[in-house]
Amino acid sequence: MAVLEQDVRAAHEEQHRESLVRRYIFSQDHKVIGIQYLATSFLMALIGGVLAMVIRLELGWPGSVINQGSYLSTVTMHGTIMVFYVLSTALTGGFGNYLVPLQIGARDMAFPFLNMLSYWLYALSLIPLVAAFFAPGGAPMSGWTAYTPLSAVPQAAPGSGIGQSLWLLSLAILIVAFLFGSLNVITTVMQLRARGMSMMRMPLTVWGLFITAILSLLSFPVLLAAGIMLLFDRHLGTTFFLPAGSVIGGKVIAAGGGDPLLWQHLFWFLGHPEVYILILPGMGIVSDIIANNARKPVFGYPVMVLTMAVIAFLSFLVWGHHMFVSGMHPMLGTAFMATTLIIAVPSAIKTFNWLATMWRGKIRFTPQMLFAIGFVSVFVTGGLTGLMLGNPAVDMYLHDTYFVVAHFHFVMASASLFGVFAGLYHWFPKMFGRALDERLGRLHFWLALPTTYATFFPMHFAGLAGMPRRIYSTQLYGYLQGLEGLNRFISVAAFVLFVAHMIFAVNVVYSLAKGRRVAENPWQATTLEWTTSSPPPHGNWGEREVVVYRWAYDYSLPEAAQDFVPQNVPVEAPVTAVARQAGGQVAPATG
Amino acid sequence: MAGNIEPVSARREAGRGVAVALLVWAMLGGAMVATWAAMRRWWFPPLASSQGADIDRLFGIIFAVISVVFILVQATLGLALWRFGSRGESHRASHWHEHRGLEIGWTTITAVTLIALTVLGGSLWLRVHSAPPADARTVEVVAEQFGWRFHYPGPDGVLAAVDLTADRRGSPLGIRSDAPGAADDIVSRELVVEVNRPVRLLIRSKDVIHSFYVPNMRFKQDAVPGRVVEIWFTPVQAGTFPIACAELCGVGHYVMASTLKVVTPEEYQSWLASFARGAL
Repeated sequence: MAVLEQDVRAAHEEQHRESLVRRYIFSQDHKVIGIQYLATSFLMALIGGVLAMVIRLELGWPGSVINQGSYLSTVTMHGTIMVFYVLSTALTGGFGNYLVPLQIGARDMAFPFLNMLSYWLYALSLIPLVAAFFAPGGAPMSGWTAYTPLSAVPQAAPGSGIGQSLWLLSLAILIVAFLFGSLNVITTVMQLRARGMSMMRMPLTVWGLFITAILSLLSFPVLLAAGIMLLFDRHLGTTFFLPAGSVIGGKVIAAGGGDPLLWQHLFWFLGHPEVYILILPGMGIVSDIIANNARKPVFGYPVMVLTMAVIAFLSFLVWGHHMFVSGMHPMLGTAFMATTLIIAVPSAIKTFNWLATMWRGKIRFTPQMLFAIGFVSVFVTGGLTGLMLGNPAVDMYLHDTYFVVAHFHFVMASASLFGVFAGLYHWFPKMFGRALDERLGRLHFWLALPTTYATFFPMHFAGLAGMPRRIYSTQLYGYLQGLEGLNRFISVAAFVLFVAHMIFAVNVVYSLAKGRRVAENPWQATTLEWTTSSPPPHGNWGEREVVVYRWAYDYSLPEAAQDFVPQNVPVEAPVTAVARQAGGQVAPATG
Repeated sequence: MAGNIEPVSARREAGRGVAVALLVWAMLGGAMVATWAAMRRWWFPPLASSQGADIDRLFGIIFAVISVVFILVQATLGLALWRFGSRGESHRASHWHEHRGLEIGWTTITAVTLIALTVLGGSLWLRVHSAPPADARTVEVVAEQFGWRFHYPGPDGVLAAVDLTADRRGSPLGIRSDAPGAADDIVSRELVVEVNRPVRLLIRSKDVIHSFYVPNMRFKQDAVPGRVVEIWFTPVQAGTFPIACAELCGVGHYVMASTLKVVTPEEYQSWLASFARGAL
């Protein structure tokens, strides 16, 4: 452990002498890489958001802007980009890289070169992804789930041509980037924690990112394998996912032997852990932000850690709830229903713990706290409908309707996004030495929460009325005629939601140039990243050695002079010293 | 402290707490009012199957449970924000972060509720997928880009084997005219069934995955190439009901509609008779 630490430090000293290109573009500094990941994710979010607007234009005013094929491409790329290229990358690549070493007292990730490679593989994966839009036949049209045979046979849809292959290629490269990233996070947390930083002293943000990395490492390879098998089916004549005796787009599949359900099993074996990959980091971030702003220790810390681990474990056993009506054996449906409903228990406990953390607190309503509150609200709203969808007989009616779209846009998309925003308002000052503008932040939240509800809540009703997902127009079906007004309302709300999030973009640009300058620890927080300068130097703490003496939640200790005691303040220190050290001095390297 | 969080007056911070509490409660109230309004306009389409009645009942139970939890949690969230906004420098948060009784309590209540829902849901699911009654009529459903065909065995009760690779004009579903039972088979573009008579469907697809969705029957089942899915339901209301495709199947996914007609036994017989002998 010590040897590794020295290597990391040596690598850093070397880097100090390196050129600007090595420092800020092909950088091996975890902080630069984290910011690169975040910035690129936000660029992709802009594309994903514009695609969402196109979807809403089409559903509000059918036939007005786009043709049938392009609509399906838009839906497919919106989902793909938002899930994999925005939320996954921002949370694991962005916050994972930026925060893990800083919060455990490490000087960098365990494998800085691998880390740099991880970001640049992500950047590389964007080339085939964007190229898919310009492929003959257009971008893929098979949805973000790419169900075979639609995605396997070029004759099945115009977008199932070269566009689908580019999509698979891009995803394969991105998965390799994720694997490098998760190996790095796991090794860093296991090996590079500062002296005194036991696992049970780690902030929940680190726990969330650590458990997420384990999930990624174990589930993404399955999708990688599936993606490569699908590429083989498409280009090398194999038939992993193609049954015999079918006729697709006039092409007879005579030699088959494969099974479309195999793809679904492999896809959802990643696909379901993936939604927890998107929510666990947010849960960790929000837990820490609520504790910091309520000036209270996180309620039930050991249970918070345990529930994250249980959610992660169970998330490998619930994938079949996406397949209740797929033709899978009904007995399997019963088993997957049981695991799915059980996973609601740890999720509910987490929610109660957040409420208890705020209870009897002294809450500051900073923008990050507002988004953390929003996270809890939308997570609950979305999570509860999971109990309906997890029940196979009820899902029989609701599956693949807008009810599902409403459910996951609350519990996964919006909650996860609110987690990202909360994290950015909280750590932006650490990243850039300037705080995001608070007034714009409040405006952002006050517009975003109501429009999130106005956009996604009515989608439940469209689903209950029987509106299927991924349909170009509701005009054809008589029974959907009454939904026109509802869909227009949703579209208008979505446009305002888009504008609300654009306020954040404005805020970033404005605050980078003119934002209020901040000291080391503007939020009076306890965790280690606030004990170094904003932004931290290469190597994070200069020559100082970081030693941890306490857990991450010593807020409002009755015996302490101030209402927070950073993790590096010795327990035996007299109370008056606590007050002096709270600004962020690092304890001497004794003991 | 320069560069630290901007000092906010206690009144201001408490005021912000009240405002955010009101916002959270407004979301709660809005959701409740919207749901109440939606029940009149955008709720389930009229129910027409016996399984659907059970599904709607279970939906109602879960809906009641989650409504209670939704209201309690959102209301508590708002209350916490209202009550515990910062009240100035002198006031300090409570150092309260463990409570065994509370934790055991809410874990137990949640677990018991979810186990109950699991038992209810599991038994209904097994009923939905039980063996079809002996008097069920059999219809083969064949999905393709972008339409549905329904294959009836005819008076002899024998479904002739289909060969979808030989499916073409003049030979619907690739049924060979000399195949056993083929002579009286019927292939229709709409599904016609008798009221109160269970119908057993054999669902298959010619090309990609589709999903046979009949909202009024609360019925949905994917049609997967290479596989025949057997499932049944009992229509209990006569009438004409829409059939939609619920699984993305290509450019024409949104037009992949058909019609289910639930008719009296007499109407059913005359419908069958309307097909000339050898309607293939």
